Amino acid sequence: MPSLAYLHVDGVTKRFGSGRDRVSAIENVSFDVREGTFLSILGPSGCGKSTLFNHIAGLMQPTEGDVTIGGASVIGKPGQVGYMLQKDLLLPWRTIEDNIILGQTLHGTSKRDAIAQAAPLIERCGLKGFERHRPHQLSGGMRQRAALLRTLLTGKDVLLLDEPFGALDAITRLQLQMLLTDVWQEMRKTILFVTHDVDEALLLSDEILLLSSRPGRVLKRFFVDQPRPRTPEMLADPAVASLKAEIMSMLWKEVRRDEPC
Amino acid sequence: MSRAKEPKTGVREVRDPHKHLVSLWRWGLLIALIGLWEAGVRLGWIDRYFFSSPTEIWQTAVVRWQSGQLWRDICYTGLSTLLGFLLGTVIGSVVGLLFWFSRPAALVAEPWLVVLNALPKLALAPVLVILFGIGFTSKVALAFLMTVIVSAMSAWSGVQAVDPTLTTLMVSLGAKKIQVFAHLVVPSTMPWMISGLRVNIALAMAGAIVGEFIASDRGLGRMIVYAGTTFDLKLVWVGVTVLSILSVLMYLGVVALEGLLGRRWSSGQAEND
Repeated sequence: MPSLAYLHVDGVTKRFGSGRDRVSAIENVSFDVREGTFLSILGPSGCGKSTLFNHIAGLMQPTEGDVTIGGASVIGKPGQVGYMLQKDLLLPWRTIEDNIILGQTLHGTSKRDAIAQAAPLIERCGLKGFERHRPHQLSGGMRQRAALLRTLLTGKDVLLLDEPFGALDAITRLQLQMLLTDVWQEMRKTILFVTHDVDEALLLSDEILLLSSRPGRVLKRFFVDQPRPRTPEMLADPAVASLKAEIMSMLWKEVRRDEPC
Repeated sequence: MSRAKEPKTGVREVRDPHKHLVSLWRWGLLIALIGLWEAGVRLGWIDRYFFSSPTEIWQTAVVRWQSGQLWRDICYTGLSTLLGFLLGTVIGSVVGLLFWFSRPAALVAEPWLVVLNALPKLALAPVLVILFGIGFTSKVALAFLMTVIVSAMSAWSGVQAVDPTLTTLMVSLGAKKIQVFAHLVVPSTMPWMISGLRVNIALAMAGAIVGEFIASDRGLGRMIVYAGTTFDLKLVWVGVTVLSILSVLMYLGVVALEGLLGRRWSSGQAEND
């Protein structure tokens, strides 16, 4: 199995502060991800999911441990993965098109080539006709599509999506979830997806990693053995429902342990 | 009639039904004021010696214009103002922006900026005139000094207001430091720098005029001082009037520039589309 591992998180621990005020955000987190896997990370809030992502994105130095992608350490080397957050973070002074191709142009791709690469995906994501608009002229859902496109077009093999649809309404979220699974199946990226929503994790993922409350540790890894393409009806499947029950009960136990009510 | 009934449209410029009436009143008031001034002087209510009269001011201005002196002075004051404004704004803004590269340097410089800004810079005018001579350079230097520190401070404020999550995004996209600066810090600070332009042009003009007051052989400021010392109050009024018009024109120019830059760099939140 380790030979197949593409992304390797090895004993990552991150502590903040020093002395008595020292707090552990994540403690000895290790897991492997095979290339092309859609892995969701679930956990109670404050379990250090975003801290973990910052390490994989090369934005944070771990206290202990290492993260490798394709065998090479990415610690302290940002720009190796695509990173998307709950806020769309589009630059307000750029047009949608210029925002989408930001990652490519930063790496020296000419604007014309970048737009040529982006065009089919722009159409696919329903942003055609809005290329010249500014972000503030678009709805939240459309802005988030643009942010997703920007992430996809960075050309990185690993994408980190940190609750990307968390701020959207249920219907817009479903549209974007379906769009993401479609595009992912075509592009075969390795996706790490942080979410608070168990349904969302089940709907999208091959595997789900459950983290404990602070300090975050890996509690259990679940496999969602369902055919693709996924549909919303899948959530009613008995096997999926029992998996959901299992995840929910573990998650609930974890929350109760942390804050007994 | 009432404005409250106006439907809130998504149109960029909500039409003001009183638009024409407003401009009619604005111009009407100006003309009425000039008329009253003239009439007051003729009827003996206003002292002709101290306040001159619009027609006399006009006649004096025409004579001055025909001799070529007025145009020469307008150019002198206008150019020193513009040059000082441009140099001060650009250099100040660049310095403020560059502080982004070194927070410690910025923190060391900050109290200096605050103190220098609080200093009455016009009090330095005699020093600058001695340093740079009574010519054009000392006027530009004073206009520059009036604007440079304010510009640096407002650019630095803008730099500090850059959304840190956007910086994280740029870094995660693999942007080099210089790219973060060029593609995020500069455009995001633009509105801060643009908002200082209107104040800066007025400050620059004040600097240039005070420079001429101290020592100069040209310019509208010198013309006013000269006319004052020779008790030629008509010419003082010509100077004041021409300076007012010049400063309004420059202000309008800056507003136009602001609109041009603002459309490009605004965050868009202020506009309705």
